[in-house]
Amino acid sequence: MPSGPLSIGAAGAALRSGEATAVELLAAVMSRAEMTESELHCYLNLDREGAMAAARQADRELDRGEDRGPLHGIPVAVKDNMCTRGLETTCSSKILAGYRPPYDATAVARLREAGAVIVGKTNLDEFAMGSSTENSAYGPTRNPWDTGRVPGGSSGGSAAAVAAGSAIAALGSDTGGSIRQPASLCGVVGMKPTYGLVSRYGLVAFASSLDQIGPLTRTVGDAALLLSAVAGHDPADATSYAGRAPDFAGSLDRGVDGLRLGVVKELGGDGYQPDVSEATEEMLNKLAAQGAEVMEVSLPLFDVALSAYYLIAPAECSANLARFDGMRYGLSIKGSTASATMAGTRAEGFGPEVTRRILLGTYALSAGYFDAFYGQAQRVRSLLQAEFDEAYRKVDVLVSPTSPTTAFRLGERTQDPLAMYMSDICTIPSNLSGHPAISVPIGLDSKHLPIGFQVMAPALGEQVMMAVAAEVERLAGFDALPPPALAPPPGVPL
Amino acid sequence: MPIDVDVAHVANLARLALSPDLLDRYREELGVILDHASRVQEVDTSAAVPLAHPLGQTNVFRADEVRPSLDRDEVLEMAPETRDGFFVTSPALD
Repeated sequence: MPSGPLSIGAAGAALRSGEATAVELLAAVMSRAEMTESELHCYLNLDREGAMAAARQADRELDRGEDRGPLHGIPVAVKDNMCTRGLETTCSSKILAGYRPPYDATAVARLREAGAVIVGKTNLDEFAMGSSTENSAYGPTRNPWDTGRVPGGSSGGSAAAVAAGSAIAALGSDTGGSIRQPASLCGVVGMKPTYGLVSRYGLVAFASSLDQIGPLTRTVGDAALLLSAVAGHDPADATSYAGRAPDFAGSLDRGVDGLRLGVVKELGGDGYQPDVSEATEEMLNKLAAQGAEVMEVSLPLFDVALSAYYLIAPAECSANLARFDGMRYGLSIKGSTASATMAGTRAEGFGPEVTRRILLGTYALSAGYFDAFYGQAQRVRSLLQAEFDEAYRKVDVLVSPTSPTTAFRLGERTQDPLAMYMSDICTIPSNLSGHPAISVPIGLDSKHLPIGFQVMAPALGEQVMMAVAAEVERLAGFDALPPPALAPPPGVPL
Repeated sequence: MPIDVDVAHVANLARLALSPDLLDRYREELGVILDHASRVQEVDTSAAVPLAHPLGQTNVFRADEVRPSLDRDEVLEMAPETRDGFFVTSPALD
């Protein structure tokens, strides 16, 4: 069996050459989890039995020559806001403690159909609301590169698991940057597809017009493989894209020659960590040397995107989370009236950030304030999309840092909601527009913490975006691993 | 300028039974966040229509056919209290 962290591609090759079995791959991933979980807490729930049964089945099928494709026998982690039939799904909230969904999310069902082995459910900020995975009712996840620091969020458990080798790949969800920002902070690849490409059926809703499931992986090629397995129209999600999904892996070797890259003027400068700006600049020079035409592009509405987001996302959250009423499932604190049951259960079951956003959204939607806040934010959203469209008439993709800083310390931003919200300033615009975007690790800062580079593309522009991302990956040659205590020790598979 | 929010009213609309201390804390935090968020009001949006779906999709319909649904017993298994195949709740009216 090969040693060192494996990509989906390499693990799949090892499975098919007889070098490794799915059971061995799973055992290697589980042993990494045993070694690192007490320190990192990537998982809320490791599904040892279910995963072993799936791995055995994958081995039997592959032995018989029934090949389900690139994910067959690959251990994949799933963020705990996606429903897994019979397997506890909590969204890191007390209000869903013990909840075992009676159905699989479509993305999960498609993973199973593709023969993937679901290792377990990863930690997140409660209901995916946060940028550090500190808002989990079950305790934070720590960054494998420095356990005094956050992994980013909200898909922090998924990002840290892939970085630490306790999963080969993972699914996350991205509402304002929740895949890309933790990928950036943990030194892995994270991608948010075009809105509607991956079904949201069974993804516990946070902000329905923004939420999108996507991959966190070691390589850009892996992201294409994982996404290909879960993407595609689903009649169970009315917002699912009915057309054909782009060929995600179709142009990975294309290079950037002749492509026009727009550097977003508003995403840089003051407030950006100098190491991050320098690494971004250096990558732009390398891309230009490969034949890309690099130009600065201004999108002035990016400056108010964060403000619009913090009205739209909480508004949709307040409506979506109304379903948690203490009557049908989850926590229930019975009161003398139905209303008292709801109010008591919700006050007890939701953590501070979720409560804050429900209040914010309820206010923005309430009589007298609706048009000035929610309505205005939606109109700004439409102008922002028009501004993107205008930019994409001049360039093929837009680029920026993924996050203004590398991983910050635990507790550093928990007392200041606005400072925490600023972590997502580079990622939020693509959620508002519904466009795809990807983060690729390009190097380390002076503290040995990963730096991410973001590539954004127009709706359904994944093919050109992945081509640029693959070239960024090649040029960066990022092969650093987290510090020795958490890196795979020599001789231990994975 | 922080915006002054009637948090007790909003908490009631959102069905959240919060203590006076918490109401005070959220009043302060919401005021600061809304002050930042109100920057959207500086944008001239007179020519813009609100965007709700990023790809401009509108209503989607399916054929009106009977299909299998989730198993009732399995769904009710997660409920705090059930009787005769129904959810049991406290009275909706006092």
